[in-house]
Amino acid sequence: MIGVEHYLILSGLLFSIGFIGVLRRKNLLMLFFATEVMLNAVNIAFAAISNYYGDLSGQMFAFFVIAVAASEVTVGLGLLIVLYKKYGSLDLQVIANMKG
Amino acid sequence: MYEMIAFYVFAVSTTILFAITAMSKNVLYAMTSLAAGMVIISGFFFLLGADFLGVVQLIVYVGAVMALYAFAMMFFDATRDIKEKHGNPALVFLLGGLMALIFVVIFSAPIIGENVKANYPIVEGIGNAQAVGMVLFTKYLVPFEVAAVMLLVAMIAGIILAGKKMDHSLTTSDDEPVEYEDELLKENK
Amino acid sequence: MESLVYIALFAPLVGSLFAGLFFARSPKNILVGVVTSALIGVAFIASVALALHVAEFGAINVTLMEWIGAGDLSIPFGFVVDEVSVTMMLVVTLVSTIVHIYSNGYMDHDKSFNRFFSYLSAFVFSMMVLVMSDNFAGLFIGWEGVGVCSWLLIGFWYHKEDRPFDENPSISPSWAANEAFIMNRIADLGMLVGIFLIYWNIGSLQYDVVFDALPHLADGILVAIAIALFIGAMGKSAQFPLHTWLTDAMEGPTPVSALIHAATMVTAGVFLVIRVNPLYAMDAVQGVSLFIASLGAFVAFYAASMALSARDIKRIVALSTLSQLGYMFVAAGLGAYWIALFHLAAHAFFKALLFLGAGNVMHAMHDELDIFKMGGMKKVMMGSYIYMGIASFALAGLPIMAGFYSKDAIIETAFNEGTYIIWAILVVTAGMTAFYSFRQVFFTFHGEERYKALGFHPHDMYKYVLVAMAPLAILAISFGWFMGSFHDFITKALPDYEMSHATHHWAWLLGSIVIVLAVTGIVIAYKKYAGKGDKAWKRDEKFEQSFIYRLVTNQYYVPHFYDNFISKPYAIISEKFWKLDMAVVDATVDFISKFIYKSGDVSRGMQNGNLSSYLNWMGAGTLLLLVAAALAVVVG
Repeated sequence: MIGVEHYLILSGLLFSIGFIGVLRRKNLLMLFFATEVMLNAVNIAFAAISNYYGDLSGQMFAFFVIAVAASEVTVGLGLLIVLYKKYGSLDLQVIANMKG
Repeated sequence: MYEMIAFYVFAVSTTILFAITAMSKNVLYAMTSLAAGMVIISGFFFLLGADFLGVVQLIVYVGAVMALYAFAMMFFDATRDIKEKHGNPALVFLLGGLMALIFVVIFSAPIIGENVKANYPIVEGIGNAQAVGMVLFTKYLVPFEVAAVMLLVAMIAGIILAGKKMDHSLTTSDDEPVEYEDELLKENK
Repeated sequence: MESLVYIALFAPLVGSLFAGLFFARSPKNILVGVVTSALIGVAFIASVALALHVAEFGAINVTLMEWIGAGDLSIPFGFVVDEVSVTMMLVVTLVSTIVHIYSNGYMDHDKSFNRFFSYLSAFVFSMMVLVMSDNFAGLFIGWEGVGVCSWLLIGFWYHKEDRPFDENPSISPSWAANEAFIMNRIADLGMLVGIFLIYWNIGSLQYDVVFDALPHLADGILVAIAIALFIGAMGKSAQFPLHTWLTDAMEGPTPVSALIHAATMVTAGVFLVIRVNPLYAMDAVQGVSLFIASLGAFVAFYAASMALSARDIKRIVALSTLSQLGYMFVAAGLGAYWIALFHLAAHAFFKALLFLGAGNVMHAMHDELDIFKMGGMKKVMMGSYIYMGIASFALAGLPIMAGFYSKDAIIETAFNEGTYIIWAILVVTAGMTAFYSFRQVFFTFHGEERYKALGFHPHDMYKYVLVAMAPLAILAISFGWFMGSFHDFITKALPDYEMSHATHHWAWLLGSIVIVLAVTGIVIAYKKYAGKGDKAWKRDEKFEQSFIYRLVTNQYYVPHFYDNFISKPYAIISEKFWKLDMAVVDATVDFISKFIYKSGDVSRGMQNGNLSSYLNWMGAGTLLLLVAAALAVVVG
């Protein structure tokens, strides 16, 4: 029988993969992919807990996460395009112009 | 048994696919694996009885978001491998591994709160989509509307950022507003 | 009547604010001197009216407002005008008025003319608060106020250079001011402890409440309060061993010395003992009272002996003040409070006169203080000569003069109480007083005109100044004549003190002993110092080298002792502690600031503009939080 822990651990692992991606990616587009991974990982956890407790709130949260992710992608991609037009690259080391 | 097989198959495949997303040098590979991973995640949702969520996952993520990425890709050079300098790869994996370890430790511990009462229990006898609709349009109506507004705002922002005048971006305008002011002043005179 | 009380109290404050607020930065303005003098005069007139009222209807109590009200503690801004305080008010305002007028002439050429009047009036206000307050807290405020004003005025010429101790025992005005302030602070601590003890045991600071409650207190507490309050009085009234500041305070302008360090402030200690007489009259504290009397007698003699050889004209007068304060404490310690107050008033008049006369001489001699360089000045300074002569007669206690009545009463009291040692000391001191005061007069006004060789061209003070001094001269002569009526007036507020029959019987003899000694002193002084030509005074080098002479001129080496055994060790310890402070406290503070600075410097490297590295830091932070959460789960 698959318990809720299995889902949660899987969710944690996927989240960690996304986390590694966020940490090591220097390309902004790839960084966005990594964040998508993290968001999805969290959604699994929400759905699993919703199922476990028999409560629909978890699924609601997952919906809102998806909505947020969609908005984020829209705006983010728009910004990426602007950045690419300006710098001709999406590499963070190239864009690094906010040095303190 | 059936569920177990499905879970493990899905789990292994998502892990591999997402690992490719996080590691691959090629944007196309990364995107493709991400899309595939998301499809399989919807499988988890079906397994967990969240049919509606699974469908939404397929439509919104795989259908809309990934399509958006695909379109965006047209602006960037997708064929070339991405070169990234990794300053300290060991540290990154150490941090990530540590995080995974902590998650495993935390989640494998027995979950406290066996007798939690559900605020919005799943009603027996009706479909998941129906139940979700009832909760979403009663208890979560306001957040739902706010989310709708947010999506609208995001859409407008996306249009403006990557808008029609592709060669004349509004956000990175080089026009000097001083000239307009001067003209206005002249007109006033 | 209430408004009169406030006029008497606040007129000096108004004068001070007038001078301080409107003329602080402007050049010398005669208006300042006139207005402040007039306002003090108003206060004097109000005091006279109050005195008449009090004589007829008794004490007046007024409460200006609630000052401190916290829990059980309630201290109002209350003032009492009874026989004691009205006497003090009269003395203070009269002398202040004259000193203010005098200062108009004396400070004529000083560039800080306005500032001087501001301070001087502020002093008068503080002194009025001190004497009029109806509780210990108000008394203490006035007490500190006069201390501050005294500090300001001693250090009035703060810009003067320091000179070595051998050349000038009071080093510089600022040094002397600090010395006075610090010495008083030490004593004030004692006074504060006394006030705390009173509040602790009685729960109120109002005089009447405290005096009513005194009989219910344990003996030990009474003695402790008496000692603590007397320590405060010792500081203000410069009693041994806290006396060195008074002679050094002569660095201030002479009107200040006349007003503060002769007539009013230094007598605050005596006033305190008189004010708290119900305490000092108790049987339980007779030991303390006897100690006060003994210390007073000792100081009287001790100061007089130093005055015998002093060369500085102001120092001589200051030492005589010290000596007379000793007399007052003898009277107060022996229970003759009204006699102490009587001597206080008489002394204020003739001592202020003496000081102002000395100020005239100084002014004429361009701030030369050494009496060895003066002589024969009576020709050019007749007015001052007469005034100083009168004042010295009064100080010496010759018949008719004010000093005769008051001082003689004190000496009689000592005899009456059977404290014959004190009596003997006082009698001898009276002779010495006559000698040194006339030594000064003869040195200054008689004998060879030594100043001529030194190129001085002395001239007497302005006419109006000399006229203004006249009331003091009149009182220095005549104040004693009113002893009887003063007795009737004051004994309504203070315990009466009557001589026994035996003392009455011997009074003529006691009086004549004193007179004979005083006259002898004057005659010796005349013989020695007033001669001209062949009989002229010559320096006796051999005598000046003798042990006794050096002991006395060096003030019994007490300042040396303080310097070597208190100030210097204290400085050494302070330096050690300073190093310790640098090594521990300062270093700690420095370390904190350096640490923060360094950490800022280091963490600035994080801000490299690269989003990826920011994300790495954020990730590390997230992980840290996760670890914390996991630990919390495991532990809690």
